[in-house]
Amino acid sequence: MSEPIIEMKKIEKHFGSVIALSGVSLKVMPGECLCLLGDNGAGKSTFIKTMSGVHKPSVGEIYFEGKSMDFECPRDAITAGIATVYQDLAMIPLMSVARNFFMGNEPTKKIAGISFFDHKLANEVTMKEMKKMGIHLRSADQAIGTLSGGERQTVAIARAVHFGAKVLILDEPTSALGVRQTANVLATIDKVRKRGIAVVFITHNVRHAMAVGDTFTVLNRGRTLGSARKGEITSEELQNLMAGGATLATLEGSLAGTI
Amino acid sequence: MTETTSTPPVKTDKPDERVKTRSSFREALIRPELGGICGTILVFTFFLLTASDSGMFSASGVMNWSIVSSQFIIIAVGACLLMIAGEFDLSVGSMIGFSGMSIALLSVVFGLPMWVAIIATFILCMGIGALSGWLVIKTGLPSFIVTLAFLFILRGLTIFAAISTTNKTIVGGIKDAAEGDWLAPVFGGKVFTGLFQWLGDNGWIETFERGFKKGQPVVDGIPMLMVWAVILLIFGHWLLTKTKFGNWIFASGGNAQAATYVGVPVNRVKILMFMFTAFCACVFATSQVIEFGSAGADRGLLKEFEAIISVVIGGALLTGGYGSVIGAALGAIIFGVVQQGLFFAGVESSLFRVFLGAILLFAVILNTYIRRMITGEK
Repeated sequence: MSEPIIEMKKIEKHFGSVIALSGVSLKVMPGECLCLLGDNGAGKSTFIKTMSGVHKPSVGEIYFEGKSMDFECPRDAITAGIATVYQDLAMIPLMSVARNFFMGNEPTKKIAGISFFDHKLANEVTMKEMKKMGIHLRSADQAIGTLSGGERQTVAIARAVHFGAKVLILDEPTSALGVRQTANVLATIDKVRKRGIAVVFITHNVRHAMAVGDTFTVLNRGRTLGSARKGEITSEELQNLMAGGATLATLEGSLAGTI
Repeated sequence: MTETTSTPPVKTDKPDERVKTRSSFREALIRPELGGICGTILVFTFFLLTASDSGMFSASGVMNWSIVSSQFIIIAVGACLLMIAGEFDLSVGSMIGFSGMSIALLSVVFGLPMWVAIIATFILCMGIGALSGWLVIKTGLPSFIVTLAFLFILRGLTIFAAISTTNKTIVGGIKDAAEGDWLAPVFGGKVFTGLFQWLGDNGWIETFERGFKKGQPVVDGIPMLMVWAVILLIFGHWLLTKTKFGNWIFASGGNAQAATYVGVPVNRVKILMFMFTAFCACVFATSQVIEFGSAGADRGLLKEFEAIISVVIGGALLTGGYGSVIGAALGAIIFGVVQQGLFFAGVESSLFRVFLGAILLFAVILNTYIRRMITGEK
């Protein structure tokens, strides 16, 4: 395979006396979906926040397309091509789909030297991009609040892809969704990956991870617990790894394999 | 999240069969200004029925409530944009008193040319606006608290400055100081005076029949205050709905975190809106000071609430992220018309507040309902 689009080397992050990350490394290839798994408090969120420029790593290096990167703010990461879709913070419900879609990247046209928000273009592009993702809107003017949770995630993903993301980070996009909506989001991830975009998919649902993942990395207590490629690991092994092996083995007896 | 209504992707070009088609009439109704439009119609109907013979709708009557409405529009536009950006400014009223006094002291007491006094005051007030915005951002405190502090600080400073320099709380002599100044007429002058004289000469509007003004029309021009109201209204509406920056205002107020994540400079947007609110207060104060020829330390009392009420009647959400400048202007018109109209209708003036409270409640209930329709809850 070619060189990784993004490589994180021995990332450490300290918040005061708390060590949130102690040396996590990973790399993602273009067109590959990396699933980042881990239980609550494993450091998944902190890790992706260092990747997307929200936090600066205390120690460690980030290489993007082979070059060392030093993100000061989310804007830097977005400019470089790293887009993040947050589970609940992606959209503003009372704003229209088109306004949300172009938030921060508004298209403008000049009329008599004055810069205007190009609503017509924004609406057209939004409708077109949403159609590509398999969602038909009544109109791009409708408020985001009228869409379902899965559709909102899809808008956020479509937005990131449209604005040239090379790495797409998805922070638990499926955790609050129903079965069908989850299927939609997973299908969207697959479409995005096929366009050659690297996807970092954070989840704690092993089944969702197995459905789309090419590689799997499990974090626990700020460390990498293990990494595996698709086919090298079964979902049971992944589940055990996530829950800290031994504990789950004892639990499994009493719960009779229901987890 | 209602999972039962989840929508699977529809692969054909047909519209989703489960999305009900809405009539274009209903579509047209669902807008933030609806409450304001209904309120305006209601208020005008009421006064046309009860006060049509009182001179409320004669030229001078119209001018009377239009001026009051224009005053409200000027401060409501600023308050509206700031509220949509997710913040409040409770210091608007004090800012009006402060800037008026600043112009009076700089020009009358310190003898600066009027235009210098006006420009210096605008810079000072927008600086204070920026400071309160910066404090809100830096401390993370609610703007309610920070600007409440400025409400007292500015009012206190205004009274202190007036007393310590002139021993009075009302400073006059501004008419003389503004004489021949090039900037003062931009705030205190009148336009279209020729048009109104012509209308008067042709008998289309009333003229004075006695006294030294004999032959002059009762309404002799459009005050600059009204021109400012229209300019600010158009500017505010254009900025909010037609520009990139307008989208940032909505985004900052709707969800500052989400907006930051996609690269919207939320802090800059908010501070600029605080400055714009201060600018609007300053326009109000300058027009008033030049018109009256004096500045009073108690000017602008309770104006912040009148601005906020206008904005809320106009359909803006108190928590930010939603609203309309046109709606805020309609709210201001309702406010102005009710205040002056009750006087024309000969209603006991204490009932003004009752009427206003009822309209506020009615408009807000209607607006909440509209908002639910927009987000598809109803």
